[in-house]
Amino acid sequence: MTSPILRRDLLGTAAALVGTAATLPAAEAAQISGSLPWSPSEGTPPPVEPTQPYTWEFFTADEAALVGAIADRIIPADDLSIGGKEAGCAVFIDKQLAGNYGKGTNYYLKGPYRPGTPQQGPQTLETFAQRYREGLAALVAFCASKHGGAAFTTLSAADQDALLHEMEAGAFYTGPVTSTAFFNQLIQNVREGYFADPIYGGNKDMAGWKLIGFPGARYDYRDVIGRRGEKLDLEPVGLMGRPGWNPA
Amino acid sequence: MALKRPKADAVIIGLGWAGSLMANELTMAGLNVVAIERGGWRDTSTDFPTSMDTDELRYATRRELLQPLSVETMSFRNNPGQQARPLRDFNTYQFGWGAGGAGSHWNGMTWRFLPNDFQTYSNTVAKYGKGRFVTGLTVQDWGVTYDDLEPFYDKFERYAGTSGKAGNIKGVIQPGGNVFEGARQRDYPLPPLERTRAAELFDIGAKELGLHSFPVPAGNTSGAYVNPLGIHMAPCTYCGYCEFFGCGNWSKSSPNACILPALIQRPNFTVITESEVMKVNLTPDKKMATGVTYIDKQGREWEQPADIVVISAYQMDNVRLMLLSGIGKPYDRASLTGVVGRNYANQTVSGAGVFFENENLNPFIGAGALAQSADDYNSDNFDHAKLDFIGGANMLIHSTNGRPIGSANVVPPGTPRWGSEWKKTYKDSYQVGNSIYNQGNSYPHEDVFLDLDPTYTDRFGRPLLRVTFDWNENDKRSGHFMADRAVEFGHAMNAKMVFRNEPTAKHFSPMDNLSSHTTGGAIMGDDPMTSAVNRYLQSWDVPNTFVCGASAFANNGGYNPTGTVGALTLWAAEAIKTKYLKSPGALVSL
Ligand SMILES: Cc1cc2nc3c(=O)[nH]c(=O)nc-3n(C[C@H](O)[C@H](O)[C@H](O)COP(=O)(O)OP(=O)(O)OC[C@H]3O[C@@H](n4cnc5c(N)ncnc54)[C@H](O)[C@@H]3O)c2cc1C
Repeated sequence: MTSPILRRDLLGTAAALVGTAATLPAAEAAQISGSLPWSPSEGTPPPVEPTQPYTWEFFTADEAALVGAIADRIIPADDLSIGGKEAGCAVFIDKQLAGNYGKGTNYYLKGPYRPGTPQQGPQTLETFAQRYREGLAALVAFCASKHGGAAFTTLSAADQDALLHEMEAGAFYTGPVTSTAFFNQLIQNVREGYFADPIYGGNKDMAGWKLIGFPGARYDYRDVIGRRGEKLDLEPVGLMGRPGWNPA
Repeated sequence: MALKRPKADAVIIGLGWAGSLMANELTMAGLNVVAIERGGWRDTSTDFPTSMDTDELRYATRRELLQPLSVETMSFRNNPGQQARPLRDFNTYQFGWGAGGAGSHWNGMTWRFLPNDFQTYSNTVAKYGKGRFVTGLTVQDWGVTYDDLEPFYDKFERYAGTSGKAGNIKGVIQPGGNVFEGARQRDYPLPPLERTRAAELFDIGAKELGLHSFPVPAGNTSGAYVNPLGIHMAPCTYCGYCEFFGCGNWSKSSPNACILPALIQRPNFTVITESEVMKVNLTPDKKMATGVTYIDKQGREWEQPADIVVISAYQMDNVRLMLLSGIGKPYDRASLTGVVGRNYANQTVSGAGVFFENENLNPFIGAGALAQSADDYNSDNFDHAKLDFIGGANMLIHSTNGRPIGSANVVPPGTPRWGSEWKKTYKDSYQVGNSIYNQGNSYPHEDVFLDLDPTYTDRFGRPLLRVTFDWNENDKRSGHFMADRAVEFGHAMNAKMVFRNEPTAKHFSPMDNLSSHTTGGAIMGDDPMTSAVNRYLQSWDVPNTFVCGASAFANNGGYNPTGTVGALTLWAAEAIKTKYLKSPGALVSL
């Protein structure tokens, strides 16, 4: 089984590396001291840098606003849960695009570029960051052409949805491919932001997990597996804890 | 000029399941073994700790433990008339890397193939006649039988700590196990895993249809276990983070948990990590291997001389390394000659999406191999006399992977993909959706093969392996038949909605992620004209080279491959220890 020391160390490292302090107020320290020290020689967690307001790493302010607005249509705020924007999906995507994912480090982007069959999968040589830059610019232009120069963020929800439906159907091009490919990418990344562990900048207050009843980063269900078919209502917990650890 | 290391008794290319098992056996026999692994060293407690393991984005979505495609990918086309294109995004061909290989992040379903799977050719001819093979099918017997391999399956299960229920011990049928399995000498080392609600529902369906349900043999420990190497494994906690994840809990069978902790302590074993083998070096007459050439992390070229070369770089890279090294005659589609790249096969997948009413399946509780299944329609377990194909599939329901990003598409077909309606439907479906997954036999065809791509290259500029694959007529017929069975099963389970899934009805695409189980390309057999290695996985052409992995399968079973990869590797290791070392040379004379 995992040593508790190791667990604490890693949590500390994750905090430093990912730096999504927005989800973890510094005031938590006192609450977990004593029972859960953060390193062998320390009784309180390392101070967490406050990162509000968030500084965009990849997006321009306009791009960030646009992605937030799109996230709010892909996962709208309603009586079930908060929307994609409030959940932090744009922040999540920004961080992803600024990192290895955006750079396409793990993907095969070697030429020559030649279009293929649908069965051969996407062939573009652009990184995900480049695809966003181009795709968002193409959407801005498409929106302006349809709505007399208006920005997407100023449209009504119904108009935004109509535009996104056209985008989904391939109404314009982004680079050599139709807008469908980029829309699929948006759906995927917005979902990721809504449902990934909060350390990545989205899934605020574990809203995504609470929506479907997913208990998060737990790793031991031996005590409940025998309760087959029962509604378990397990509180979610993330890699860096959960709000319940730190009563206000 | 390459730098040169001291000569080893054996050099092993790739330290996944096959490489680790082979290294373990050969070092125990006293050989000086050097393994060369393209990825890094990976250790259970420090690389997969449970405190960071439960991260869907990092491991399942971004597939962080897999070999990056920038290191190597496949190129793909559906038929020889097309030009292949490289697969640029993660897809169904999933490569492990790092010590442990894909065995670090597999699911752990630990099957034995059925006796018929090794002798499909002769059994089919005897029972249904040669006319039963659709045109172009190149089915052939493996040159080993289930009975030959039984002791080695047993040995693998002991190393791995497999949890399951026997269905046939020494010919005596055991109710509750797989009654169709070949006779085994004894039960699994651990009893089956706990059951889930999904398993109960599966049993209802199976009972209704008169099928024999049983728990899938699992490389997830149902209890504490000490394996024959003295390594302690801990009980599985059903965290559900298995496929694409390492297991820091010491609960998943893996080279990292079950073999490497003992192997790495032996003074006669060395592993060189972050180093990629370029090719096997041959004598000028190409009749013997002299060792391998590899490039280390710093980009330096090295030669590792050895008396024995073991290629265990995974099915695809086994074939690629043989082609790059000039071992064996490459398959030529035009003349239908040659063996390397021939008899490639995949997995004939079909099934049905099922959605229940008023259920709590609690899909977050799971394990990689926590599944209930039926084998009544697998292989030749049912009468094909009135059918027009061979083979079939294992049918199962799986309790695992109930994570929120990956499950976002588990909604009834026709649901919008975004917006409030998707959101509500997803919320409602999460607790009630699952599927019947049919994992089918796949038989080789002359139009399906592996060779080197003429255009696209890896990071070192060497040609990618090119996959030419589409469903053959037998796959389509069996896929259609099995999709019918899955739909029938869904209704028998009283699912409220049942959605047929028949991927074989359209062209195959790696982007559909149907199954990572690829086989063949360097198959074993009795005849060097139609097989690349003999029954001991020894190259017919270069007898001090052994090629271990699913590349040796003459056809795919209706199961995951690794139990059989393990058994074949241990069988080959036994032959090296007891036969080859005594008199090095061809183990099968013609
Ligand atoms: C997500 C996933 C789930 C799976 N689930 C199951 C399951 O439930 N049941 C089952 O039976 N199977 C399953 N499999 C398949 C299983 O993982 C493989 O069958 C098994 O790991 C193959 O073992 P191997 O030793 O042949 O290859 P690998 O484990 O892939 O090891 C090959 C090693 O060789 C190294 N290598 C390759 N080329 C070179 C080179 N040129 N130089 C140096 N090193 C090299 C690689 O880095 C790698 O570490 C799954 C696979 C995946 C990806």
